[in-house]
Amino acid sequence: MSCSRRTLLKNTVKGAIAGAVPLSALKFLSPTEVKAAIGDAKVRWGFLVDTTKCVGCGFCVKACKKENEVPYDAPVTRTWVERYVITKDKKAHIDSPMGGRDGFTSRQIKDDGEPPENIPPEEITKAFFVPKLCNQCENPVCVQVCPVGATYQTPDGVVLVDRTWCIGCGYCIMACPYGVRFFHPKYHTAEKCTFCYHRITKGLKTACVDACPFGARRIGNLKDPNDPVTKAILSERVAVLKDEYGTKPQVFYIGLDYDVR
Amino acid sequence: MTELYAVHGLAWTTKELFVYPNEFIYWSIQIVLYPYMTGLVAGAFVLSSLYHVFGQKDLRDLARFSLVFSLALLPVALLPLLLHLQHPFRGMNVLFTPHFTSAISAFGIVFSTYGIIVLSEIWFVYRKFFVEQTIALKGAKGFGDSFKRGIYHILLLGAYNISDEAVAKDKKAVKLLAAIGIPVACFLHGYAGFIFGSVKANALWMSPLMPVIFIMSAVVSGIALCMITYIVIMEWKRFKAILAKGMGDESVTVIKGLEVDRMTKAAKYLLIFLVAAISLELLDVIFRGYTAMKSWDILRSVMYGKDFFNIFILQYGFGNLIPLILLLLPRITIRRLSVALVLILFGVFMMRWNVVIGGQAFSLSFDGFMHYHMPIIPHSLETFKEGLGGALVVAVSPFIIYWGINKIVPSLNFK
Repeated sequence: MSCSRRTLLKNTVKGAIAGAVPLSALKFLSPTEVKAAIGDAKVRWGFLVDTTKCVGCGFCVKACKKENEVPYDAPVTRTWVERYVITKDKKAHIDSPMGGRDGFTSRQIKDDGEPPENIPPEEITKAFFVPKLCNQCENPVCVQVCPVGATYQTPDGVVLVDRTWCIGCGYCIMACPYGVRFFHPKYHTAEKCTFCYHRITKGLKTACVDACPFGARRIGNLKDPNDPVTKAILSERVAVLKDEYGTKPQVFYIGLDYDVR
Repeated sequence: MTELYAVHGLAWTTKELFVYPNEFIYWSIQIVLYPYMTGLVAGAFVLSSLYHVFGQKDLRDLARFSLVFSLALLPVALLPLLLHLQHPFRGMNVLFTPHFTSAISAFGIVFSTYGIIVLSEIWFVYRKFFVEQTIALKGAKGFGDSFKRGIYHILLLGAYNISDEAVAKDKKAVKLLAAIGIPVACFLHGYAGFIFGSVKANALWMSPLMPVIFIMSAVVSGIALCMITYIVIMEWKRFKAILAKGMGDESVTVIKGLEVDRMTKAAKYLLIFLVAAISLELLDVIFRGYTAMKSWDILRSVMYGKDFFNIFILQYGFGNLIPLILLLLPRITIRRLSVALVLILFGVFMMRWNVVIGGQAFSLSFDGFMHYHMPIIPHSLETFKEGLGGALVVAVSPFIIYWGINKIVPSLNFK
């Protein structure tokens, strides 16, 4: 078989084109992308709430609602503040009107469906505030139960919802033991605290952290041993909410009490 | 702003004491109806399988009816889920991207498998009839008849052979499909129990007994529905016989005798499943009380306080105890049996209600309560869907769908 120069060149070009097509499907990944894809991210977002510093001003709730476009007057919220008043009869009086958005300016306890309750100051043994937000669990039930995979955990540990894919079945809302999820009044999809993912991934703090005048809320990278939040979690006595569900919450609390729900 | 954007659940939820701000009754009447309807679907199918698989000849007429009726019920089991979704048009996403760690994701697959089985079984049962119809309607003048003939032509998919051999093959296929269908039907509603039983955040739902309880009560409701339908059909036959031949005719007594005989036999099976369902449910309650975990305080106040009437009077009393006594008393009559069957159907509905609504009657804080007020008069699409209107749509639609399907595949006076 003879092969002219013309045929050789022709076949070479053909071969190059044929080879280029499947090769173009391959993609070069940067080392960071590879690490993120296999779950070896250098970042794991965590939160530290110092309840001894919280005064119940509600600035965090206000800031969150505005930052994340949750309708201001709707009774649902991504973060909220609960007030606990423990009396001498060991009873816990708990309230969180409008999620504590407007601050706790009155001594009256406003339980749902009950007339405001006046507690004489001499009856009170202790009283404190507990801010709540999504725990960005290590083992999130909400992600497990989503039938379409519209809610997922990012490599840096934050649980997010895809508003374009959520069917609105409410299974995740039912599955969350902390009651942090709700249906967004405008988008009608599952909604939750994202640790302000759009901010923290750009090096900013969350809206609630920025809004807190007393430093009761802090966010940090739990994988960085030199992060002040990580240091505080490692060196102080901290607790998490409802660890009996095995969800491994990543929001840590200083000064948590037996009565906290 | 709240007027513009409605918060889901706000319209029908009232809260008491301390409830987390985001908690509402998110799963309402439609989710009560969903396991109830799937139970009935499978019940109807299981009954038709009794004839096709086990050759219960006396069920021949009823078998065709219940097979076609289970097809009519099938989309209605889907309807509550679609009505409940905040984005019903995205319901297909469950099939596009099923997320298999979720109990709901299997729904699309189990449901469509079951749908394919029912549809192909009906096709094999009716294929000979379709061919006969295309021949009988040949040269028909009217639009209706030629349209009908066209539909039969399309449905036949080119299979016009009605030799004895071919028909025997059809029967074999029907038997096989019916046999596969029974476990699939049981799985379809057993796993509805898993959807609830696996929610660890909910103290009332979380129990490994939940799927078994759901299967038992669904079999109970399925058998009860089929029995009551059978009674209605037989009474109708007897009534026609009385009209045609008079009260004293032999055929009237024969029909009556057959009816009583078969119903007493069926009632025994019903009784077994009813006792199993009640035992499991009571075991669940007793176990919760005995172990008295952290959640027991709030569960007790819901079960023995807030929902006492719904649970112990309506569900256990009227739905279980009274029918149990009615079925156990000697010399059962059709009238007494009918009362018992209606009460059983009601009792199973109340059981679904007490699981779904009762499971949301207390807050995750274990320190407050929520109450569901079913919207009666709707003032928005949402209050219609998740209220009495939506419930009635779901309750009525199987009969409308059955009426439509029955025009193509007649199942009541099929020769």
